[in-house]
Amino acid sequence: MSAFFSAGAYLLFGILSLFMIATATSAGFAIHGVIILIACILAVATTVGRLKPDPNGGWLLPDTNNGGYYDGVIKAGVIATVFWGIAGLLVGVVIAAQLAWPVLNLGLEWTSFGRLRPLHTSAVIFAFGGNALIATSFWVVQRTCRTQLFAPGLAWFVFWGYQLFIVLAATGYLLGITQSKEYAEPEWYVDLWLTIVWVAYFVVYVGTIVKRREPHIYVANWFYLAFIITIAMLHIVNNLAVPVGFGPKSYVVWSGVQDALTQWWYGHNAVGFFLTAGFLGMMYYFVPKQAGKPVYSYRLSIVHFWSLIFLYIWAGPHHLHFTALPDWAQTLGMVFSVMLWMPSWGGMINGLMTLDGAWDKIRTDPIIRMFVAALAFYGMATFEGPVMSIRAVNGLSHYTDWTIGHVHSGALGWNGMITFACVYFLTPRLFGASRMYSLRMINWHFWLAMGGIVLYASSMWVAGIMQGLMWREFNAEGYLVYAFAEVVAAMHPYYIIRWLGGVMYLAGALLMAWNVWMTAKGRLRDEAPLDAGLPYNPETDKPLAAPAFAKAAAHAQPAE
Amino acid sequence: MDYQELRHFADSWGLVFMVVTLAALVGWAFRPGSRAVHDDARMIPFRDEETHHER
Repeated sequence: MSAFFSAGAYLLFGILSLFMIATATSAGFAIHGVIILIACILAVATTVGRLKPDPNGGWLLPDTNNGGYYDGVIKAGVIATVFWGIAGLLVGVVIAAQLAWPVLNLGLEWTSFGRLRPLHTSAVIFAFGGNALIATSFWVVQRTCRTQLFAPGLAWFVFWGYQLFIVLAATGYLLGITQSKEYAEPEWYVDLWLTIVWVAYFVVYVGTIVKRREPHIYVANWFYLAFIITIAMLHIVNNLAVPVGFGPKSYVVWSGVQDALTQWWYGHNAVGFFLTAGFLGMMYYFVPKQAGKPVYSYRLSIVHFWSLIFLYIWAGPHHLHFTALPDWAQTLGMVFSVMLWMPSWGGMINGLMTLDGAWDKIRTDPIIRMFVAALAFYGMATFEGPVMSIRAVNGLSHYTDWTIGHVHSGALGWNGMITFACVYFLTPRLFGASRMYSLRMINWHFWLAMGGIVLYASSMWVAGIMQGLMWREFNAEGYLVYAFAEVVAAMHPYYIIRWLGGVMYLAGALLMAWNVWMTAKGRLRDEAPLDAGLPYNPETDKPLAAPAFAKAAAHAQPAE
Repeated sequence: MDYQELRHFADSWGLVFMVVTLAALVGWAFRPGSRAVHDDARMIPFRDEETHHER
């Protein structure tokens, strides 16, 4: 019966999309109507197509419950994560090139930097990061609750509904449909759709926790749940808007400084609860699993959780230093941002110290190395952030490329690295392989990504601080020394270095895509083990001297 | 309730409520007997092998 109910709901949306197409006064709105219509037709076809005739009359859904974990939707989520990761990073490389060589804007509105930039940010944060969060959360909640996913059909709705949200948001940006709120660009009807999907996500997640067979709710689930609930709250409040008729334009209910504060309360907590709390949920499950050791301190993880939740929500005003926002609110945002350093480092230490007694895995296991690098960048970015939130520092850093460098050391280093590591953890398990197709490729991916981040972060530090100093340079007469265009010209070499860093990072991700594809096909690359161990004399149990090194290395036994 | 009243409520009773709640939640993790609960809970990720995997 529920299948007919869902099919009916999809039909209703289909009729609504026909109405969108029929009444559209802009091409963009009509194209969105067509996309929604296609999605509805596919949804109805798959929902009804799965029904089998019941011998006793009526229709039946195939029984998918085999008593095990429900991993089909997670498999799809990992593939989507890899796909959107490549797409988002590719657009990032393109817009980095556009900044270095403006001719690449092609003189077309659809390919201009202004429209491609939100495409990049949404693709990497919401498409790549979001799919990784949904997939890993479904994996973690089933394993730590030792129960099957609640309502697997609804979980599939969450997956495909989220992909539709991504497609609508991405095409909207290219077509010029945006409400111009950073990281919340999608217009009202796309926001409403995401709200429906998110409520379904919440139901699946909480439903699974409710039917758990493990009395204690493991701490990773606390972080995932905080992410789901807080994102719902932020999304709804920041996107309260009144549409102009039935069209792709709306106006937010706030105005002036209230709008600015609401936007950055949303924006900074998107960082705090989407890119931090959710990914910490990954950290608290996958780092112990890959290391084969329980988390360093469970008590610290609880202190980490509550202090992060209570402090993060107030840090947003640091985006509005020296604006019309009252001084007390700016100071409040700054003070909470500085205090936030403590829980952040508590979490980093908890993750890193999980490897206590197994530090050699950093050398021998490239997946652990990625987790450790992610935690190191989490620590660096959460130290740099509080420093930049201090009003005096912000006076120099704000609106410069230092901010871009900071964001990317967190996004590429923390979110990217931990997601790659989780993909490498999940892929063999989901596709029934003994390991990834190639461990050496993971190693190459690691070093390409690290090199890319180093080029990106260091070039943007130099460019940003130079930019900030040039903007504020006065001469003896009290005039500004540099014209804006002179500052832009001075940054050109750094923009090229940044682009190169992006290319390296993308190249690493392409290796991952190949590696995942081959693993899914059931292939194992025949390769020498990554680390054969240092050559040593087993009788004296001492490392061999340098001349014998090369000779012994040739005969050394693999460590595993 | 105007802006000033709301603000004064937030930076007095609101602040007290938040601090006390946070202190209580963090303090709960340090209560006597929590160590046994935590020692058990940190092993949860390693108990999932009991239910077989669906490939």
